[in-house]
Parts: sequence; C-alpha cells; structure tokens
Amino acid sequence: MGSTAKLKPAAGRFGAYGGRYVPETLMAALEELERQYGKARRDKRFRAEFERLLKEYAGRPTPLFFARRLTEKLGGARIYLKREDLLHTGAHKINNCIGQALLARRMGKQRIIAETGAGQHGVATATVCALFGFDCVVYMGAEDMRRQELNVFRMRLLGAEVRGVDSGSKTLKDAINEAMRDWVTNVRTTHYLLGSVLGAHPYPTMVRDFHSVIGREARAQILNAEDKLPTAIIACVGGGSNAIGIFHQFINDRRVKLIGVEAGGRSEKLGDHAARFRGGSPGVLQGTFSYVLQDSAGQIATTHSISAGLDYPSIGPEHAALADSGRAEYVAASDEEALEACVTLARIEGIIPALESSHAVAECIKRAPRMKKSDVVIVNISGRGDKDVGILRESLHIG
Amino acid sequence: MSKEKRISLASPITRSPDHPITGSQTAMARDHGDSHPITRLKGDSRLRFRHQPGLVAYLTCGDPSIAASREIILSAVRAGADVIELGVPFSDPVADGPVIQRASERALKKGTSLQDVLALAADVRNQTDAGLIIFSYMNPVLRFGLERFCVAAARAGVDGALITDLTIEEADEYRARMAAHELSTIFLAAPTSSDQRLKRIAQACQGFVYAVSRTGVTGARQEIAADAAALVKRIRKFTKLPVGVGFGISNREQFLQVGGFADAAVVGSAIVQAIEQNPGREAKAVADLISTLKGQADKAGGSM
Repeated sequence: MGSTAKLKPAAGRFGAYGGRYVPETLMAALEELERQYGKARRDKRFRAEFERLLKEYAGRPTPLFFARRLTEKLGGARIYLKREDLLHTGAHKINNCIGQALLARRMGKQRIIAETGAGQHGVATATVCALFGFDCVVYMGAEDMRRQELNVFRMRLLGAEVRGVDSGSKTLKDAINEAMRDWVTNVRTTHYLLGSVLGAHPYPTMVRDFHSVIGREARAQILNAEDKLPTAIIACVGGGSNAIGIFHQFINDRRVKLIGVEAGGRSEKLGDHAARFRGGSPGVLQGTFSYVLQDSAGQIATTHSISAGLDYPSIGPEHAALADSGRAEYVAASDEEALEACVTLARIEGIIPALESSHAVAECIKRAPRMKKSDVVIVNISGRGDKDVGILRESLHIG
Repeated sequence: MSKEKRISLASPITRSPDHPITGSQTAMARDHGDSHPITRLKGDSRLRFRHQPGLVAYLTCGDPSIAASREIILSAVRAGADVIELGVPFSDPVADGPVIQRASERALKKGTSLQDVLALAADVRNQTDAGLIIFSYMNPVLRFGLERFCVAAARAGVDGALITDLTIEEADEYRARMAAHELSTIFLAAPTSSDQRLKRIAQACQGFVYAVSRTGVTGARQEIAADAAALVKRIRKFTKLPVGVGFGISNREQFLQVGGFADAAVVGSAIVQAIEQNPGREAKAVADLISTLKGQADKAGGSM
C-alpha cells in the first residue's frame, strides 16, 4: 500500500488519515459546518446550552460503577463500568445528537437527515429533532430494519420518517450512501447529522468533541474512586465514537492502555466480520481516508456482525492513526464471545449491555484474569441491550 | 468524413478486451491510417469539442460487458460524441442516482475492475481519436496505486481522468503525478462552489471544466435548473477552458438549452438507461439517443 500512505496531509488529518473526499457539491456545506463549529466551540453560551441539555435532558453525568461480582469472578483487575447505557435513548449517541442539533439551529437548518445501523443513532436523532422541532429523515438498511424492528417503531413514534435502503448489503454503509445522496441534493436546507467519528472533516473531530465528555467524567470518577488512573480502558469500535469519546481524555496519559474492540463476526474470512485492523487496508470510503475492508480491486467488502452498530467496513480516521502509532491497541471479539459476555454481565451484575458494548465486555473477560489485582479497568458500556432482545432470543434459546 | 474511416468497426481487433495492462502495450501504437500525428503534442489535447455544442458521453464500463462497452463507445463516437467518459464501477457510488447505481452493480457482478477499464481504453484508442477520460471514485484508483494508474492510463492512450470524490484540496499528489504523464485532470464545479473555489478548480482543470448543473446525484431531470447557466457564467470569469455541463441532460431540448450557454453537454444516466433498456442492441440504442440529442435522427438509421 505504498502509494496510499503517501497522500499529502490536508485539513482534518490524523496522521495520514482523515481528510475530505466528497463530491464538490458538498464542499461548501462542509466548509460552512467547519466554520460554524469553530465559532460555536469558542462560544460560552453554546457550551453552556450543550452542557445544560446533557445534564437535564440526557441525564449526565453517567455513573462509573464498580463491578464487584464480575471482578471477583474473573479474579484479576478491578473492573469499572462507565454507564452510558443509562442515558436518555439508551446509548452514548445522544451526546453528539444534542451537539449537532444545537449547531443545526445556529446554521438555520430546519431539516435533519441521519443514517442508522442498530437504530440507536436514529432514535437519538429523532429524539433531538422532536425536542428542537426539526423535520427528520432517517436512512436505515432494510436488513437492519428487520434486525432492529423496535427502534424503527421508536423513531416513527418520535415523528421521524424512516426510509429503508435496499441497495448493497442493506446495512449501515448503504444507509450512509443514501444519506449522502439526500444531502448532496438538499444541501442548502439540510444538515446531515452523522452519527459517528466518520465521514469528511470536520465530522470526525466534531463528533469526538461532543463525546469527549465521557472520558472527562470517567477520568474524574476513577481518580475519585481509586485515587489513580486506570490501567486500561476498553471500548467497542464500529465507527468508533464511544471509544474515541472515552479514550480522548486519556491519550496523553501514556500509561493508560487504550483498547478498541472490533466485531470479529463469525469467522476471519473477508465478508464474515468487521475487523478493519485485521483484514483491512488504507482506502477512501464515504468521505474519509482510513482502514477499509476491501477487495484487491478497491471494491468495498461486505461485512458481518451480530451487532448492527459494529457492522461497517471502515473505521474513524483517528482510530487508524492511534493504531498506526501504537497508542491504542485494537482486538476483535466474535459474535459468540459477545453473546456470552452479554449473558455474563446480565446474570452477574444485572446489566444487559447492547450487543455492541458486549464486545468490550468480552475483551474484559479475556483480559482481566491475566491482570494484577491492583490493576484497574474501565469498560465503556456504550448502550443498553433492550433493542437486542429479539436477536438475543433468536440466538440464546433461553427457556 | 475522414473520422468515419478511423472509427470503422471493421478494423481488426488484435487484443482481447480483458487483456491486462502490461508492458507489451507500449508497442500498441495507434493505427493511424490518415495524417493524424501519432505522438500527442502538449496543448494538442484530444479533449476538444469538434461540434458546437460538444457532447461528452458517459457509460459505466462492463455494463452489460466489456465487449459491449467497446461497441457502445465506438458507436457513440460515430454518432458524434466528442469525448467518452469511461465509468469505473464502484461498490459505493455516493454521487450517483439509481440508474448508474444499477449499472455499477451489474458491471461489478461481471467482475469489472479498473484494470479492465484501462484495457478497454487501450483497445478503443486503437479505433478512435475521440477524447477518453477515466471517470472513477477515489478508492479503486488508490488501491490500483496512483503512479501505476497514471502509467497505465498514459500507456492506454487515455487523455485524462475525473475522480468524483476527489476535491482540489486533496489532489496535490494526484495532479502532480497526472501532469508528469501528460494526463489531464478534470474536476467538478458545483452551483454551491464559492467563486474562490471555482477559481482554484478552474486552475486545476485541463481540457475542460465539468460543471454540475444542480445540487443532487446523477440522473435524468425534467428541467435544467437556472443554476447551471449562472454557474457557467461564474466559471468563465476564471478560465478560457471550455465548460461542459452535466447531471440531468436527457433530451434534445435540454441539450440545446445547455448548448446555449456551455461548450458541451455531458450525457450520462440517459445513455446508461438506454443501455439498460435495450439488451442486445445497446450500441444502436446509444447511437440513436445521441443522434436524437444532436438533431440528426435520420442519419442515425444508416450508421449501423
């Protein structure tokens, strides 16, 4: 991949990764978004309004819970759970949606579009659109609509229009394609509320900033509880927004291990997983240069994961840079490991994590027993498992 | 008339369309039966419009097959297309509407790759002097390798490229490598582009500037928005290059309308749709469409 690594750095780069690869029609909107976001982040009133809504509407701060029984069972590191699953709408996604909704209002955009995989970002988007009085259209792969029926209904209940996408693999990637086509058509009136640290600059930076509250809280909470920084932080990585949200505040704490967990799916064969660092190579997809699962001709591969939210062939460009530099480590958990971890956490701590977050729990279960009793691990429980009960019931054969 | 001779379908094909781009093709000098120079001189680009208005024809290569694409291209040139955009199918064509999406899916099912498209270009170049542009998304080109792409494109006799999702900000290395191989770079200009951006886009273009008629994806439209005329006017402030207008042109009225303010019309989805709807006689259908657009419907009949 010699030639791909030589792309010249430009705006919004993380090492070699990131940038802006979009049709020219969208450039004006991206420049405007970058400008407005730059102004907003320096504006005290914008920040105060964002923080107020995070607290009073979304329910922040979320607890950092010491998982005593899981710690005892695994017999190694002390395990803490960052409870993003307790937020309004059931996942961390609401942080970014509130931030971007405030920004859309500032830009005078009345129409919001979004893509969704598991439906969590779609529900969070539909929620803020109801709160702000915006028109809302959510694109969702037909296959994901089937897998996440409950969330489709929730979005419609909240007043959003859900448009099924029948192209390609009918999952998250195809929903993003369709959202981009809508945006390129209606760019003058519409804000694209992208749900992860993906896409063209400034999205990866902006979405990270809106989620960085997770890491700020966790850092203060762990210092309060343990009087020291954690040994490791574990988070699942689809696009990578919950992971970058909790990692970011610790990046300069060199001794804190940052561990991202990708979807290992059902096998290591291309098409059977979504582990970009295991089978991917640098490429351009949907606006950004990052690791991409692709074939030898540069066609994007199909992916598989039991969790719709991790089922995506590329990864946020900042994660690509963190992987290359070795600052963060990326591993994978299989469908089966995630399912087991979900059940374990449900039965031992009374917490049903989303199947996405269950991948992080699975890595914790593998790793914690090998760690010292004085070590401390934080697992980001990015979402709750209510949305997954259909899949869980199909997969687990419980009574 | 001399053009008719050069584009004769009866010329022997010495190479399989699937032939990979290899060193052996350096020797594949174009067979110029007439007085046209073999070497391409700087500033003597084939990206020129012999007709007024000019016509740029897009097709997704490999739909329904590479062999069919070859016939379609030659037929389009004979019907009066000045420049051919050789579309490289991509799995995630975010700038394209349903017609070209479906064509890409069909071409990918046949396994069509950038390599196949370059081999097709080399084959077609043996038969015609029309301008040939590779029209692709970024990732297939990156995966192929930027330098390798430029070498292969130049060797195939391609005149330039347009990368749909490559903006001028990200294009420094691409432009330098393309220039080193005397390949033209064409960039999109959009109604939403500021004057400042249009200036930089115009400076980065060679051959012509591709103006997008309106915000949106590719595909036939009922009418060409007033956006297009205003955009062409703004582009002309910054360049003397010809301006081609694309996205949505599907009938003679629109073709004439665009001809009133631009140098060329780019016809894409309408051609791809004609291919989709006329299995087995794609080349004739495309020639008929082009003849209709150009108001030469009666001539088209005898051209097959």
